[in-house]
Amino acid sequence: MIGILVQGASWLSLGIGAAFILIGALGIIRLPDFWSRIHAAGIIDTAGVGFITLGLMLQAGFTLITLKLLLIAVFIFITGPTATHAIANAAFAARLRPFALAGDESGTFDSGKKKS
Amino acid sequence: MHKAIALGAALFAFWLVLSGHYTPFLLAMGMFSVLLTLLIVQRMDAIAPEVTPSHLRPGLITYWCWLAVEIIKSSAAVARVILSPRPAIAQKIIFVPTSQTSDMGRVIFANSITLTPGTVTVETQDGYFTVHALNEAAADLAALAAMDKRVSAVEARR
Repeated sequence: MIGILVQGASWLSLGIGAAFILIGALGIIRLPDFWSRIHAAGIIDTAGVGFITLGLMLQAGFTLITLKLLLIAVFIFITGPTATHAIANAAFAARLRPFALAGDESGTFDSGKKKS
Repeated sequence: MHKAIALGAALFAFWLVLSGHYTPFLLAMGMFSVLLTLLIVQRMDAIAPEVTPSHLRPGLITYWCWLAVEIIKSSAAVARVILSPRPAIAQKIIFVPTSQTSDMGRVIFANSITLTPGTVTVETQDGYFTVHALNEAAADLAALAAMDKRVSAVEARR
């Protein structure tokens, strides 16, 4: 009985993770420019990765594999945003400016607004 | 010195988890590689407080749980934007004031902002971050201020 519940939770988690990854991939294609696409990629490496590793941990049970999966999740959750920040910062430094900017408190982004 | 010992213990625990084989020979090899790593780090003079973030409180665990819920909520919000027939993009650049005192606290806050889909930390300056938000809902300064307060609570008590 417990086994069925764990299996169900595991497959539900894997399904949700797969759905988030698909939506993120769709977003990378659909959204108009670099700055909005970076958020779509963000879904993949947070919610997508999180749910998939959770599902795999439930599959593995209380074994060393679960501990390894936990370490993988921790490292992805530390390196992922760091890499995203590096890319965003590089794009900012290269004067790439967002498409359809609704508001800008800094003023520095506005200069290149028309050319995106 | 105790920093080096803490780092060594953490490295060996990491090695034990990744190995999974516990014969005397392999354990000795693990010990040897940990000592070699410590020697190199020592020579690089890189045993900084940040290497062993032992000054972070257990409150970090509850903070991670809270952050996980936030990530799921904002992932769903961004997923809704992507799946809508005409994605409503209204990108914004906002300034988020920061109240952390240590570099580690600032890194945790900047990474937390980037981790929640819909917001990305673009630039870090003294006392504030420049943040790019996908739309009006993501550019919620009150929610970001609440996150800032939580991060400060995690790092301040030492």
